[in-house]
Amino acid sequence: MKDQEPNDILYPEQYELYENGQSLIKPHTRRRFFTLLGGGVAAAFTFSDVLSREVLSSLDLQELREAEDSIAAWLHVHEDGKVTVYTGKVEVGQNIRTSLAQAVAEELECDVHSIEMIMGDTFLTPYDRGTFGSRTTPYMAPQLRKAAASLRVYFEQSAAKQWKTDVKNVKAQKGSILNTRSGRSVSYGRLSEGRKLLHPVNEEVSLKSASDWKVAGSSIPKINGEDFVTGRHIYTSDMTLPDMLHGKLLRPPAYGARLVNLDARRAEAMSGVQVHRIGDFVGVTAADISTAESALFALRAEWEFTQQPSRSEIFQHLKKHASVSGEEDASKKAAETMFQQSANKLEQSFEIHYIAHAPLEPRAALAQWDGDILNVWTGTQRPFGVQEELEREFNISKEKIRVRMPDTGSGYGGKHTGDAAIEAARLAKSAGKPVKLVWTREEEFTWAYFRPAGLIEVRSSTDTTGHLQSWEFHNYNSGGAGIRSMYRSKADHTRFHSSNSPLRQGSYRALATPANTFARESQINDHAILLKEDPLSFRLKNLEDPRLKHVLQVAADTFGWKSSKKENTGYGLACCFDKGGYMATCAEVQYNAENKEVKVIKLVGAFDCGTIVNPKHLESQIMGCMLQGLGFSLYEYIDFRDGKILNPSFSHYKIPRFQDMPDIKIVMVDRKDEPAAGAGETPITCVAPAIRNAIFDATKEKINRLPMLVKGL
Amino acid sequence: MELKVNGKNQSLDVPAHTPLLQALRESLQLTGTKYGCGEGACGACMVLVDGTPTPSCITPVSNVRNREVITIEGISVNGKLHAVQKAFLAEEALQCGYCTPGMIISAVALLNKNPEPTESQIKEAMQRNVCRCCVYPYIVKAIQTASKMK
Ligand code: FES
Ligand code: FES
Repeated sequence: MKDQEPNDILYPEQYELYENGQSLIKPHTRRRFFTLLGGGVAAAFTFSDVLSREVLSSLDLQELREAEDSIAAWLHVHEDGKVTVYTGKVEVGQNIRTSLAQAVAEELECDVHSIEMIMGDTFLTPYDRGTFGSRTTPYMAPQLRKAAASLRVYFEQSAAKQWKTDVKNVKAQKGSILNTRSGRSVSYGRLSEGRKLLHPVNEEVSLKSASDWKVAGSSIPKINGEDFVTGRHIYTSDMTLPDMLHGKLLRPPAYGARLVNLDARRAEAMSGVQVHRIGDFVGVTAADISTAESALFALRAEWEFTQQPSRSEIFQHLKKHASVSGEEDASKKAAETMFQQSANKLEQSFEIHYIAHAPLEPRAALAQWDGDILNVWTGTQRPFGVQEELEREFNISKEKIRVRMPDTGSGYGGKHTGDAAIEAARLAKSAGKPVKLVWTREEEFTWAYFRPAGLIEVRSSTDTTGHLQSWEFHNYNSGGAGIRSMYRSKADHTRFHSSNSPLRQGSYRALATPANTFARESQINDHAILLKEDPLSFRLKNLEDPRLKHVLQVAADTFGWKSSKKENTGYGLACCFDKGGYMATCAEVQYNAENKEVKVIKLVGAFDCGTIVNPKHLESQIMGCMLQGLGFSLYEYIDFRDGKILNPSFSHYKIPRFQDMPDIKIVMVDRKDEPAAGAGETPITCVAPAIRNAIFDATKEKINRLPMLVKGL
Repeated sequence: MELKVNGKNQSLDVPAHTPLLQALRESLQLTGTKYGCGEGACGACMVLVDGTPTPSCITPVSNVRNREVITIEGISVNGKLHAVQKAFLAEEALQCGYCTPGMIISAVALLNKNPEPTESQIKEAMQRNVCRCCVYPYIVKAIQTASKMK
């Protein structure tokens, strides 16, 4: 019997999913659109087009209804032939600026470099909930292709009409329509002249099949790549405005500390310095960073501390404060009974520590009050979410808040909130001048949100033939994403229990899927070992999904799973299905018995995310995921005591560097018959369990903790 | 304070202890050099000082008086990309690109000193530079490619 979808599986990290749903911006109107753009021909599509493909199970449904009529993206061909795409999605290094342009170029039959992508500007682009959850490729790209194809068909038809010929005799190529009989041709720009036409997207328009792609499906280089290698690209933290001041904030010395007294006299006496105090919020501004820093240093603050849990007690704390649910469920009883009756039982728990995203560009914002308009530039994965936060903060209407997002120094799920934007806007309002605020690395490591810590308890059993019988899985606090097991079992009871996190926590790449996959794939591995079965065959026997089995097999073959091992080495493997993508990873580790050190020698990843849009950029996403995953697998964790973060710097928080790189191989399974899924998350999920299982293989030691290689945790 | 940056003499009115990073970014608007940590631990702020890759965040301007400072803006000459820059593009050795200027500076310094480094020499020379997007293997590849281009 299959367990029902538990209703307490929310994504605690994705508070944005249920926090802002009720206040969507008004749909762009046609008039407003052409006022902004001048004449031409445009195509637009709505949210319901984008989202109708989503599984209508989660919280998304509510938002979807409310958003139904708002426009999700625009595609505009100007009278001068310029093609502009407007999307609320943003670029944080995942290269969608390039891949979305490729998709449009393919269907519109124009040069990819003739396309300008306007992204994440709340005045110009349509509303977008945010760039997260691997949604851009599966949902946004196909709709943009339809919009582009609809426009191409429109151009073909109008040219044919103009030439009084059958549409069969015309052909779109390189931004023009060619009359194949007469050899005449007319550009899209000419065909758009004098029009202000909003063309509906034809849902039924025929799209090129992936095997006919010329631009999409190929590795064209990052569109604005040269700006990055020359240092010309302007990130938020690089921006300046005339008269701009730099801001610095007085942060509490610990979580839960309250400001009881502030002596700002010394700072205020410094030339060019202003001290701004709004309740507990205290900041300084000055014309240069050094002065602002000295002023901050000159503030004398007294704080009142409160008792805060420490890292050493975090897992007891999380379990103690967890919501209890499902205790009386039939599925719980069934799993328990089945467990008791089974031949081989296994029960263990897994500890997941807090980690930081540590994007190399810290949170930053520049705010300017221009009359009653608030202009904000900030690095965020949710420009419209930031706009809503600013609306609440300053109580002004959204139409007066323009949030812009320059391509940003990455986010990994860490830049969903508008903290820096609100702080900069408060300072700018109080100072009466534009203010730029760039968080320090220490602020990043302390006041940004973390990937949640969690405790995972698993109890499961097999029969004598190695078939899973019962599966009971409890996740405390780390999250419900990816919690469902892909393995067949006779009784399944899976629950996520939210808890009270002492540290601020939020989204991280793939949310809780890496944590849940770590626990599940370790448990599965240990069942195989208990039965003296090969972990690969054990998995293949208990899995159903053919695509998942296929990537497992591909990873194992590429890795040489059956090959003989060198002395003191171990092999491990893991697999996962998440967000439409199938991932499998094999790891080889080497164990040095003398100093008890473990080294990751080799990683092989096989990934199937349907049709491949840009092979090189896809490989890059997989690579980035797997190597970033190496960090939290082995050594990343946030240390804290009495509300203080103890390792808020790169010299104390170890992240992967050049010399930590194992030999790494990536296989991409191109499924031209399947829709493209996003790739920025799922490949991160299997690294940790593959390594853990390899360590177990080499040392017979089970390390059920992330990170694995930090002693004394 | 007299400095020589990207071949140009510059006179700055800043205190001697001002970090070079700030002087470059704020006084000279050379924002290609990035802040990542402020403690010499990430390499985002690397510049060449007399050819040596140096974290500008922990270098006071007074230390570089009468020395030759080259920033990422001075790596390409007359709009022509340096081999390392070309190779970074060719190998797609970046995602968000925030680490890229610092990476390129370290790579240029390495190749100037050792035109044909081995893979492990590359990793060793680049160890101070962090790429949080973790495209390290492509960066290694790009440096190898640049080494062949020269
Ligand atoms: S900012 Fe200078 S090394 Fe990180
Ligand atoms: S490309 Fe993002 S930090 Fe290196």
